[in-house]
Amino acid sequence: MPLQSASPVLDDDIAGADQEFLYTLNFGPQHPATHTTLRLILTLDGETIVKAVPDIGFLHSGFEKLGEDLDFNQYVTIVDRMNYISPVANEIAWHHTVEKLLGIEITPRCKYIRTILAELARISDHLLCIGAAALDLGALTAFLYAFNTREKVYNIIEATSGQRFHPSYTRVGGLMADISDEVIELIRDFVATFPKAHSDICRLLNRNRIFIDRTKGIGVLSKEDAINWSCSGPVARASGVVRDLRKDEPYLAYGELQSAFKVVCGKGGDCYNRYLVRMGEMLESWKIIAAAIENLPAGPVNVDLDDKLTIPDKQATYRSIEGLIQHFELFMWNRRWETPIEEVYGANETANGELGFYVVADGSGKAFRARTRPPSFIHFALFPLLMEGHQISDVPAVLGSLNIIAAELDR
Amino acid sequence: MATLDKLQAKFPGAFTTSSFRDNVRVLVNAAKAPTVLFLLLKFLKEECGFDMLTELGGIDYLNYPNATDRYCVVYGLTNTATGERLWVKAFANDPDPELPSVVELWNGANWMEREVYDMYGVRFTGHPDLRRILLPAEFTAFPLRKDYPLRGYGERHNFPIVTRAES
Repeated sequence: MPLQSASPVLDDDIAGADQEFLYTLNFGPQHPATHTTLRLILTLDGETIVKAVPDIGFLHSGFEKLGEDLDFNQYVTIVDRMNYISPVANEIAWHHTVEKLLGIEITPRCKYIRTILAELARISDHLLCIGAAALDLGALTAFLYAFNTREKVYNIIEATSGQRFHPSYTRVGGLMADISDEVIELIRDFVATFPKAHSDICRLLNRNRIFIDRTKGIGVLSKEDAINWSCSGPVARASGVVRDLRKDEPYLAYGELQSAFKVVCGKGGDCYNRYLVRMGEMLESWKIIAAAIENLPAGPVNVDLDDKLTIPDKQATYRSIEGLIQHFELFMWNRRWETPIEEVYGANETANGELGFYVVADGSGKAFRARTRPPSFIHFALFPLLMEGHQISDVPAVLGSLNIIAAELDR
Repeated sequence: MATLDKLQAKFPGAFTTSSFRDNVRVLVNAAKAPTVLFLLLKFLKEECGFDMLTELGGIDYLNYPNATDRYCVVYGLTNTATGERLWVKAFANDPDPELPSVVELWNGANWMEREVYDMYGVRFTGHPDLRRILLPAEFTAFPLRKDYPLRGYGERHNFPIVTRAES
């Protein structure tokens, strides 16, 4: 039996009209311009899109159900795989919420390291988004420039955690390990070279006539719609919604680094504005990293072992009885953390927008419910609104500017 | 909190409140939700400035300590002008969990309500297009319910395979 999905031509709003000239085009789920597995059912009048119906769920893998089975440290490997373009940012958001639930105040050094990694993840995500959007519009060079820089971010992540793509680097109350001097050198090197790479892309695209023709006035989202459709992140800011959790609800080290960065906003709300906002945000992220790496506090990265909340390092596990006990306390399936019978929502400003987790705890060491608020899912709901009346060649432009990551969309 | 006082004056006795960390919550129980919830959210949107529905998600409180109602839908509201957040929790129960849809107020609720329906089977009355969103249409269970096993009922192995000949 074939899958029953939306049949847009039967919908009431266009059923009354003479439909002989309308035809349906199936776009995806396997199509180079969708980048990931998502399907669009487009009803066309010539090349004009009358109606676009997204059909999603091809990558649904039950992450939230797994979140109820795995403990707080294990689930970090799963959240990694949500927005796999900036996995560290997901980990930081997840443990931010868990620490909020458990009432843990992480150490200053941990805050700064997490801030630096979150901003590196943002740069990496925006580079991919811009590079891929430009690629879909025919500009191959910008894509290569962007990926050249992303490679440096991956090198930093690899030197930090030992894993390039899915680092699983954060832990409840701290990090897997402290960063080494080599990592600090790599980050300093990145800070020194990033402005040139950024301006290379700017010079390729900012005044590129083809790029502007394909993006300006395309997929316009008004400020009212952006708020009404729950948008966040660059998509909302390009429409003039001045909202950035890093400023509005400072977490990690953003409170101390307030003077280092500004919120980048646009007014047009079209694809070109979203591109410009992302480009501007990368420079702000670069400023945050530059300020944070020079002010990196000394001290431990994990909260005190006596709090019995964090995994002890191997030295403590093997050489001290308290460390060994603590290790087993957190790893035995019937021990783990003592959680309050409460629930809490914690959100971080990730590259795509507000990534929130709603964690319900029932006193055991696992989440009773680990709801994700995925920005991609919420932004993709906008697609029919943005697409109506546009040409079919605008589909890649709008898709690219929304930065839909299917793994986060479907979870 | 000024909003809660305003809400209390408008809807006396319709809800209880609780808070944890920085989350302030308004709880509407299963008996009152069908009549009160929509009006309450409308009041919050139109009179208290909560113009954005940041988050809408479901919870199944089966076997949860001290829980009285089973299903819960959590509405996370944000006032974009002041940055203030408020959480509204509405409850529903078997056999026919139902809550009013808020798509009329916030378009962003459309897909999120569909996801809650998909995962928990909570029906939203007045929703314009209440279909499954992440799971295929022929799926019969609601997988995020607590009585649904982690590994499923074997749907994955019995999934209909469309061959090239019949496609």
